Amino acid sequence: MEKAILSGNEAIARGAFEAGVKVASAYPGTPSTEILENIIQYKGIDASWAPNEKVALEVGIGACFGGARSLVTMKHVGVNVAADPLFTLTYTGVRGGLVLVTADDPEMHSSQNEQDNRNYAKFAKIPMFEPSDSQEALTYTRLAFEVSEKFDTPVFLRTTTRISHSKSIVELGEPVSETPEIGLVKDPPKFVMLPGNARRRHPIIEQRLLDMEEWASDQPFNRMEEGSKDVGVITAGVSYQYAKEVLPDASILKLGMVYPLPKRLIREFAARFKTLYVIEELDPFLEEQLLAMGIQVKGKELFPICGELTPGRVKKGLTGKEAEVAFQHDEALPNRPPNMCPGCPHRGVFLALNRLKAFVSGDIGCYTLGFMPPLSAMDTCVCMGASIGNATGLCKALSPEDRKKVVAVIGDSTFLHTGVNGLIDMVYNQSQGTVIILDNRITGMTGRQENPSSGYTLMGEPAPEVNLEQLCLSIGVRHVKVVDPYDLELTRATIREEMERPEPSIIITRRPCMLMKRDVVKRKPPLVVDIHKCTACKACLKLGCPAIIWDDSAGEKGKAHVDPLICVGCGVCEQVCKFGAFGVSDDK
Amino acid sequence: MTNKVTNILLVGVGGQGTLLASEVLSEVLMMAGYDVKKAEVHGMAQRGGSVVSHVRFGEKVYSEIIPEGEADILFGFELLESYRYLPLLRKEGRAIVNDLKILPPAVALGQESYPKDIPEKIMRAFPKSNVVQGLALALKSGNARTVNTVLLGALSNSLDIKEDMWKEAIRKLVPERFVNENLQAFELGRTA
Repeated sequence: MEKAILSGNEAIARGAFEAGVKVASAYPGTPSTEILENIIQYKGIDASWAPNEKVALEVGIGACFGGARSLVTMKHVGVNVAADPLFTLTYTGVRGGLVLVTADDPEMHSSQNEQDNRNYAKFAKIPMFEPSDSQEALTYTRLAFEVSEKFDTPVFLRTTTRISHSKSIVELGEPVSETPEIGLVKDPPKFVMLPGNARRRHPIIEQRLLDMEEWASDQPFNRMEEGSKDVGVITAGVSYQYAKEVLPDASILKLGMVYPLPKRLIREFAARFKTLYVIEELDPFLEEQLLAMGIQVKGKELFPICGELTPGRVKKGLTGKEAEVAFQHDEALPNRPPNMCPGCPHRGVFLALNRLKAFVSGDIGCYTLGFMPPLSAMDTCVCMGASIGNATGLCKALSPEDRKKVVAVIGDSTFLHTGVNGLIDMVYNQSQGTVIILDNRITGMTGRQENPSSGYTLMGEPAPEVNLEQLCLSIGVRHVKVVDPYDLELTRATIREEMERPEPSIIITRRPCMLMKRDVVKRKPPLVVDIHKCTACKACLKLGCPAIIWDDSAGEKGKAHVDPLICVGCGVCEQVCKFGAFGVSDDK
Repeated sequence: MTNKVTNILLVGVGGQGTLLASEVLSEVLMMAGYDVKKAEVHGMAQRGGSVVSHVRFGEKVYSEIIPEGEADILFGFELLESYRYLPLLRKEGRAIVNDLKILPPAVALGQESYPKDIPEKIMRAFPKSNVVQGLALALKSGNARTVNTVLLGALSNSLDIKEDMWKEAIRKLVPERFVNENLQAFELGRTA
């Protein structure tokens, strides 16, 4: 058997290939992104980036109605976007299997909230598998497709960051030989969810859950591991690993499917122990269902509801003691937050917004880092695509004078995700507000994925580019300007002018991301500081560019210094220096 | 049954090649027949941010993250980051760290100061540690960007795995045109 070290995401991609998936769709979102990036290595799968998660799911639904096994992946908050079709898909069921991966992010390594999407399983009445390592990520992906077709239901596969981005050893299997036949089958009572049909479907869904619950008690993915006679643990997902690490001798009921629960199996297990722990991350999802079954358990009274579990947090919950450490710092250490890259085209825009004292309604992307000092130019940030709607709402409430200060910023990918709808509303309802589309030609935050305006598909094929200017004009925006954000004077003047305008206006700041994978942006020679001209005014430091370093040891007050290894020569610092201290070196 | 799991914590700054080093390390450990788990955090625009990767190996590994205070080896690519994660080392543990400073934004802006004498502080707390002149050795291999492989060479002295196996993993994971200089960097690291 061939072995490989795969991340959970790579294992899901492999599992989808082995399960005979034909169509895969997603919007990138950490920690789910690498599933589709890996799936493209397997021939015969049509994989694509959708503009948002709702569209991705709708594509998957169409494919499964046509008989194809389809995979749809997203991060936890993406399911909020996709929730509308999802709740009705439960009613129609599938033809080919449909698996929706929700990659949750406890601890919010890269997210704006830490919602526990196991709740969606119960809410949407959809079964959910939860792997606890890469091997299970592969096995459960295959299994989820079988279950989807067996019970005529969409199936959730839930991962968390530690499953998605951890690597462990996996045995690779052979692709299945039999998958459903592809073709059109007319079946309106099943696929047309108008009230009369939907009413007939609802009892079917309820019965399906009861059937699955009974079935699940006898399935090997829900397994008992025999150990101590006194202590029993019920757990699932990555929490299982922490339970095994901390309580190697406990008896464990490891649930591979977290909804619906195998109630018969649980009662059988629980009856044997005086002390029963539920070890689970985030919400008391299992705990509440167990309590509702009349089973006494210890759970969230011991383990935190906020943040990730770790072996240390599990141990502390069980014993009340913190882990012992051999070394403790006796001094405060400087933090090292992420930063916009040297040469990032967003930097100049945020400098301008800071100087203009704008109230910036922000969005989700690399540019959310515009919040960080020294740029400090973001005042709100709610979810993908919210910036424009938020700006509209602010303007509805504010005085005419205050309205002028409101500026929405949004990336090209985010604008096409759900921002465009907000713009339609702003124009249609004749609100006002300045909208800046930070067009870096790519979806930067998640690792430079293509999007409908970048000119390429996930597979690397050329694609038509959405023309953002024409799109905005067609919505009814009358003032659309395009500027190069490396030109600080023009950028600031344009923003100032548009902020004055008592109607919606769009500024597109266009410059490719410095980390572009294709059409690599050429670096210019690094800049150098003429220390005789540097007056130590520190204006350049307000840019927060990682390449500009303050050299304490130079001169009386110190001097600016450019790190030639990381400077890309964008020249923005040259424009903020009033003394002409920045320039290109004559040396090679 | 004794199931001794060895824990290596890799720390550095985004862009330094910490993650590739942890890939090579995990591959070597799998080739040597161990159960291996590796966990990392990435995804946000982490350029310049703090990067941490956990590698655990043994007969059977459960948790993919290292329990608090139980790292056997702290493998650091930058001094401040190495120092930051020192509390995760167990009492008898050792640090293998690159003698390199990368200033965090607040330090570069002159608002905060970089801690002083980090190598001495590390050696005092964990005397079995090793401070490696990574960049100087990498330059000898002909490419400054092989620092991570130099450091792997230094780390390899602490693990009971044959040299050939390391080289095989490097050949497998490093892009072909950089393989030779990386093999040389690895050998230089073994002398450090």
